Amino acid sequence: MRGYGAAGKTFFAAVVTPRSAATNPLKDPLNPIEDELRPLLLLALAGDNLAYARFLGRSAAHLRAFFRRRLAAFPDDVEDLVQETLLALHNYRHTWRPTERLTPWLYAIARYKLVDLLRSHAPRRAREIAIDDVLEDGALQASDADAATARRDLARLLETLPERMRMAIVHVKIEGLSVAEAAVRTGMSVSAVKVSIHRGLKKLAAALKDTP
Amino acid sequence: MNTDDLVALLARGPVAAVTRAPEKRLLAATAAALPLALFAMLAVLGVRPDLAAAVALPVFWIKLLVPAAIAAAAFVACARLSRPGGRPVAPWAAIVATLAMLWIASSMDVAAALPNDRHAVVFGQSAWPCVLSVSALSLPLLAAGFLALRHLAPTQPVLAGLAAGALAGGVAAVVYALHCTEMALPFLGTWYVVGMAVPALAGALLGPRLLRWR
Repeated sequence: MRGYGAAGKTFFAAVVTPRSAATNPLKDPLNPIEDELRPLLLLALAGDNLAYARFLGRSAAHLRAFFRRRLAAFPDDVEDLVQETLLALHNYRHTWRPTERLTPWLYAIARYKLVDLLRSHAPRRAREIAIDDVLEDGALQASDADAATARRDLARLLETLPERMRMAIVHVKIEGLSVAEAAVRTGMSVSAVKVSIHRGLKKLAAALKDTP
Repeated sequence: MNTDDLVALLARGPVAAVTRAPEKRLLAATAAALPLALFAMLAVLGVRPDLAAAVALPVFWIKLLVPAAIAAAAFVACARLSRPGGRPVAPWAAIVATLAMLWIASSMDVAAALPNDRHAVVFGQSAWPCVLSVSALSLPLLAAGFLALRHLAPTQPVLAGLAAGALAGGVAAVVYALHCTEMALPFLGTWYVVGMAVPALAGALLGPRLLRWR
């Protein structure tokens, strides 16, 4: 939905559907997830770390619910997929357009990751369905807000990254140093640190995918 | 790693991001590849010798404007398709409408021509050179567009490739029109369209192979 005719649309909506909160065409009373996540990501893209942490945390809960519903037969894959999707949301956050709704973008990424998983694991998984189906029903009881540990260990995959990428991510993303401090510590330039973090996280996403 | 730890990791450090990345990337890619296509046209084919006289004729401008309009709509479509979940209905409709108008005008020209001239009006002197040249000139543009898309996140790789190919074909056709001396609309409506369709179809075929992201 783009910006044109917003005033006319508001008037029309107010006349025809007085009960809808149609003051903002991007606000949708039937879509609380949109209203919850959108302001957080807007703040995050402007550089607000706290809002970003909250955005990712809440997205993780919604994604967990989304994947649980669709992967009832493979509960083991749910948390891997949540983590993969969080990495993708991060690595491709520049492809969200703030004038458009957030949830279609977010769930398009989730669906892309889901299809990817089903496609790559289908032959292997098909043999395991019978056992998983019977044994793993209890896993569905856990709350979607509970962060779980994935089968594949991101911390271990981080160790496999090339030195420069790994150090940049460890200093800035784990130890919490500023980019400038990390640059001094590693002897890289500030922009090289930024690029190393970016490339490292993309490589991590690829490594995650290649780990069975 | 616990998912909460991953969230903390991702949220630390600089998190701000540009939001018009797809448009910027595609524009930069087109701007970088356009000189290559222009240079190839100038070096191998050359500008039409009667350029000074041709600029006075409307057909000369129609031959530039129609592919340019298709390229512009394909650009918008491609930018939208490079964002997850993008559905570029209006740009596709614009391309279809442009082609429809071109074909209606072309049919009227063919109908108005004398029966003996009809073949010449459609085929002109350079049908296959036109198709081959537009396809060849679109190569650097198609490659640049795909490189740009690889930094983005198309979730519909066939359509994203199709749009990137149509963009490349449209720009290549504008470049080729500076060389081409054909002055009949049915020629434009047939051979230019075939020339633009070649990179578009190539893009649609290559999309699923080259545009996967993680």
